[in-house]
Amino acid sequence: MAATTMAQALNRALRDAMTDDERVLVFGEDVGQLGGVFRITDGLTRDFGEQRCFDTPLAEAGIVGFALGMAMGGFRPVVEMQFDAFAYPAFEQITSHVAKLRNRTRGHLSVPMVIRVPYAGGIGGVEHHCDSSEAYYVHTPGLKVVSPATVNDAYTLLREAIDDPDPVVFMEPKKLYWSKEDIELRRVDEPLGHAAIRRHGKDVTLVAYGPSVPVAMQAAAAAAEEGVELEVIDLRSLVPFDDDTVMRSVRRTGRCVVVQEASGFAGFGAEIVARIQERCFHSLAAPVIRVAGFDIPYPPPMLEHSHLPSVDRVLDAVDRLQFDDEPDHRYLTGAHS
Amino acid sequence: MSDHIATDLLPSATPVRYLAEDGTPVDGRDNGRLAGYPQPSVEELRDAYRRMVVGRRFDTQATALTKQGRLAVYPSSRGQEACQIAAAMVLREDDWLFPTYRDTMAMVSRGLDPVEALGLLRGDAHCGYDPNATRTAPQCTPLSTQTLHATGLAYALRRKGTDSVALALIGDGATSEGDFHEALNFAAVFEAPVVFLVQNNGFAISVPLEKQSKAPSLAYKGVGYGVRAEQVDGNDPVAMLAVLHKAFEHARAGRPFLVEAHTYRIEAHTNADDATRYRDSAEVDRWLDADPLARLDKHLRSRGALTDEDIAEAQAEGERLAADLRGRMNAEPHLDPLAMFDHVYARPTTQLVEQRDLLAAELKAQEG
Repeated sequence: MAATTMAQALNRALRDAMTDDERVLVFGEDVGQLGGVFRITDGLTRDFGEQRCFDTPLAEAGIVGFALGMAMGGFRPVVEMQFDAFAYPAFEQITSHVAKLRNRTRGHLSVPMVIRVPYAGGIGGVEHHCDSSEAYYVHTPGLKVVSPATVNDAYTLLREAIDDPDPVVFMEPKKLYWSKEDIELRRVDEPLGHAAIRRHGKDVTLVAYGPSVPVAMQAAAAAAEEGVELEVIDLRSLVPFDDDTVMRSVRRTGRCVVVQEASGFAGFGAEIVARIQERCFHSLAAPVIRVAGFDIPYPPPMLEHSHLPSVDRVLDAVDRLQFDDEPDHRYLTGAHS
Repeated sequence: MSDHIATDLLPSATPVRYLAEDGTPVDGRDNGRLAGYPQPSVEELRDAYRRMVVGRRFDTQATALTKQGRLAVYPSSRGQEACQIAAAMVLREDDWLFPTYRDTMAMVSRGLDPVEALGLLRGDAHCGYDPNATRTAPQCTPLSTQTLHATGLAYALRRKGTDSVALALIGDGATSEGDFHEALNFAAVFEAPVVFLVQNNGFAISVPLEKQSKAPSLAYKGVGYGVRAEQVDGNDPVAMLAVLHKAFEHARAGRPFLVEAHTYRIEAHTNADDATRYRDSAEVDRWLDADPLARLDKHLRSRGALTDEDIAEAQAEGERLAADLRGRMNAEPHLDPLAMFDHVYARPTTQLVEQRDLLAAELKAQEG
């Protein structure tokens, strides 16, 4: 069997969705003839025609607002924001309109739209091409936010997102576009909102999503050599959030590290940690720790490796989970003063 | 290169006008391009008159309801009746309207139930009517964002093989927003059957037009995008109907159209605004002399097409509407706090179910 990349899996998901449902349209910047700057839409215009996959003027608010109107008219648009930070001009359309139209109209109108956002770093991109922007979207009621970490999830989650009756911000980890798996792409028929346990372990729960999942998996492999068993949860869907899978795991292990590439302050990881301590306080043997990007604008490409959460940083966090029953001196009041 | 010739897209040098302020037809100098516009029939003008009388009565009743605390806020469209009513009249049942918060009069004239139309401003709902059933999008309070929705929907309608049109209403200030420009561009590129009607009423809350734009006319914003445009005297009901009919005809053929209507906001921005802080009453008085209803009244009388009986009938219809509105708005709306959780998603998330249960328990405790 030939290995399939995440980029190919996404392309297949678009193809299969367009074949199954003629209301599905793909549009955005450079997605037509070129096939997108990451080639995710490669060949769609050729194979489905310009009516189904087409280039738009270079205006992100325009793309999203126009797509909302098309959704009102019965289509199911899948739009591409070329890069994470280039989606910001569309922020008002996404948060004030796409997210809220169902609620504003008490269910009379809905927006079955997918906004694909290639996001996060690790590819040597220059500034404004590497943002982890998920926190902006997860904070907006009405949006679903999904991020695949495996090749098959890229396929199945995008199919689910396109079929979903609500708007989905589909966040594609750029650095995983070229990751490969020897698999037959298979659609798992379940609604969005289910996390997956990628590795079972009894000592510590690692919660990760998107680009951080491979980091967590590598950390778990390294820890296993030291005799520490890490359980790795791949959230897959940030909204809806799978409290059940996360809390069951943390109650079993009693220890948890949350890994995200985005800056830590007020990020999505903070929400996860808050939920865990609200629900699992009496099961916890140690504070829940976040491993996140620093609270800095995304650095220049030659420095990004120092910014991104690494396997070592995750393992270091695991070490700080008070296995020796000592409080973490770094968090003692005044420790730095 | 576009196949457009810029001069075909440009608006008239002065606003298209048919009636002078005293209701008499103006001479050829002022209505240079009117010959190219379809003339509304007497019957249509009589209908416009009746609707304007009713619309104005609706507007004054809504303003009165704010004083009684029955509406959270009301942005009056008094003085803009020719724009509001012409917009409502040119729309076919299958066309879509994308209104702002100042366009409730047009919505009611289009046939929406007045109480449902006022849902947003009453404060019991974000949108009190069914947009699909009424072919009317929720009233938009952010500026110009809905011009893109109108463009996308218009394109969808054309792709489905219909000749339906979407009409987006905005004000002068909204033409400064980026979304307006992106909408004009998308409309031209995708040949969307959409009409943009800019009601230039002189003010964006307190900021006068001269601080908003240096364009010779806001209608000139069309040509740069390849969108045909026209400017019209927005207080002249005859010219408004003539130009909008043309714009809709153009749109049904698959090309967008931009109309700037020169009018004036007689009242403050809303009942919560104090217009004396930024404009003097002499200016308002000058525009009261250009009243669109009085103009049509004089015109129709001069043509022998309006009797005292007609006027009394229109006024009686307005009174019936106002009385019905008062009565129904004085009843407390039915509110269900738990319904806040409905329609966030097609199916509520487990988190929303938990939160709804929390509120339900709170409400139960308050009852007990």
